Amino acid sequence: MWEYTEKVKDHFLNPRNVGEIDNPDGAGEVGSLACGDALRLTFKLDKNKRIEDVKFKTFGCASAIASSSAITEMIKGKTLEEAEKVTNRDIAEYLGGLPEEKMHCSVMGREALEVAIANYRGEKVKKEDFEIVCNCFGVTDREIIKAIRENDLKTVEQVTYYTKAGGGCAQCHPKIEAIIEKVRKEMEKEAPPVRPERKKLTNIQKIKLIEETLGREIVPALKADGGDLDLIDIEGNKVFVALRGKCSFCPSSEFTLKQYVESKLREFVSDDIVVEEVRP
Amino acid sequence: MKIVYVDNNATTKVDPEVLEVMLPYFSELYGNPSSMHFFGGQVQKKVNEAREKVADFLGAEPSEIVFTSCGTESDNGAIFGTLNSYPEKRHFITSRVEHPAINNICPYLSRKDYRITELSVDRDGRLDLDELKESITDETALVSIMYANNETGVIFPIKEIGEIVKSKGIPFHTDAVQAAGKIPLNMKKSTIDMLSMSGHKLHAPKGIGVLYIRKGTKFSPFMIGGHQEKGRRGGTENVPYIIGLGKACELAKKHLDDENTKVKALRDYLEKNILEKIPNTLVNGDRINRLPNTLSVSFEYVEGESILLLLSDLGICASSGSACTSGSLEPSHVLRAMGVPFTAAHGSIRFSLSVYNTKEEMDYIIEHLPPIIQKLRDISPFWKDYLKSQGKKII
Repeated sequence: MWEYTEKVKDHFLNPRNVGEIDNPDGAGEVGSLACGDALRLTFKLDKNKRIEDVKFKTFGCASAIASSSAITEMIKGKTLEEAEKVTNRDIAEYLGGLPEEKMHCSVMGREALEVAIANYRGEKVKKEDFEIVCNCFGVTDREIIKAIRENDLKTVEQVTYYTKAGGGCAQCHPKIEAIIEKVRKEMEKEAPPVRPERKKLTNIQKIKLIEETLGREIVPALKADGGDLDLIDIEGNKVFVALRGKCSFCPSSEFTLKQYVESKLREFVSDDIVVEEVRP
Repeated sequence: MKIVYVDNNATTKVDPEVLEVMLPYFSELYGNPSSMHFFGGQVQKKVNEAREKVADFLGAEPSEIVFTSCGTESDNGAIFGTLNSYPEKRHFITSRVEHPAINNICPYLSRKDYRITELSVDRDGRLDLDELKESITDETALVSIMYANNETGVIFPIKEIGEIVKSKGIPFHTDAVQAAGKIPLNMKKSTIDMLSMSGHKLHAPKGIGVLYIRKGTKFSPFMIGGHQEKGRRGGTENVPYIIGLGKACELAKKHLDDENTKVKALRDYLEKNILEKIPNTLVNGDRINRLPNTLSVSFEYVEGESILLLLSDLGICASSGSACTSGSLEPSHVLRAMGVPFTAAHGSIRFSLSVYNTKEEMDYIIEHLPPIIQKLRDISPFWKDYLKSQGKKII
């Protein structure tokens, strides 16, 4: 049995905004009977171009119905520009989480909204413009790429959980793998691992920060193993320390200094710190 | 909360009489049946008695009964035990609607260079015996066809299948996990070489199964160990469970008439009322050759998991062949093999009854199911479309 949150159960048992709006400003439908779930979303705007009313009809499992109900509640009163920013993660979070295998239900909610907004703007999201990767469930490369990017997906299994692609005959698995590899490379290029900008420290600030870091991050860990460490001096980027207790005769003391003490100080104080041991 | 348990093809309640006979074998009569002393010897006597009861239930000889841990072990044991006995034969025949304990062995065997034939079924879940005849070759090592289907309850013509297979001199195994206890089985009057059954489908506990192996059948043990089960399945006997299964088989034999009168009448009552009260509903599978306790029914334009959870909210426990309940994305391989249209396959529900069910419980289901289906159809976009296409007035 699936472990659904109370919020999912509530939105499934008492779905909000069920129905279809007559003469809606925007309407979108995704999924199909064959796929096992489908969602039809209709909305109307007020004079300030905010979503005045939104309704859904869904064929699908409990989490599909709950996700549909959730998105209607989330976008009511928003402008289309605001509503567009709702991601499938937001829907899942609103519901207190979904089982990973069911994340495609939240993706379906977001997709239906996207189609409905495009419909209002007179655009058409045409499947033909994209390559269908999974024939069993009719999933395009565009949908897969979007799910990978928005949810930081890494495996074919995850892509299946989020988009259903690859959940049938499995013939498209190599294709999905290739897409994951390509997209993840792009993602890395776009956003190399960033570290918060470091402010330039005065000498006094630096000494203080080193002392704090030693006290908070390093000494307690050494003490847990029966060792200890004293700060002797600081010269520019060089930090002189003396190892005490068990550390002073530990055969891996050099490893402790370089791999542990130095890397912690580099992490919290400055990238160029070098730790040196002072022997008595 | 009131509980109406109609999921007996998944598992059954341990009969209180079964539990009672098992209890002394945990901490009083705990001897090992293989021991030389009286303390183990008295247990061996009881294990033998249980074996006789199981044999009597199946119309078999006690020496033909091998106790296993579950139906899956019996199925795996039969297949690997036979294929390993005929290493030169590289062809295996089964059907497309088997339980995963057989079905999922096929890809494994394919990788080991076996040729697999999976016989198709028609819209009612019936086999084409001509396809079976044509599939058998000199290369065929084993034919394994289930006795009755777990999802639809459709009973295969095992007697005819056995005759065809045996006329070619090929070993024949049947997975009778769902049939045992629901329809009469008699090995003396059949051509079955091996048969699997599982205790927890007939009111014994989970964790005990049987593989019947006809005397003279070639068999390489799957579980290698001690001399237990005449060397066909090593491992110290699961004594309390074997004792329990003996009792369960004794009771099942007694209740067999009830299955086909009382249980069948309840199932038919439930089926008739569901079909009458809920439009666009269809029964999956051959309604004539069917287990007396099983009803697989599809509600068009709604999805099975949603139905199950709304039923569950009212204490009604059933199961579904829909995709969403299993974690897979496609509906059950059984319904797909039968070609059940997608409008219906996703909305299938299985009710499986037992002698413990009552008419009052059926009335409870009949009272609550129609509004559940209506509620979900009101949410479904396809129901309104369907009504429109039928020119019906939409309320």
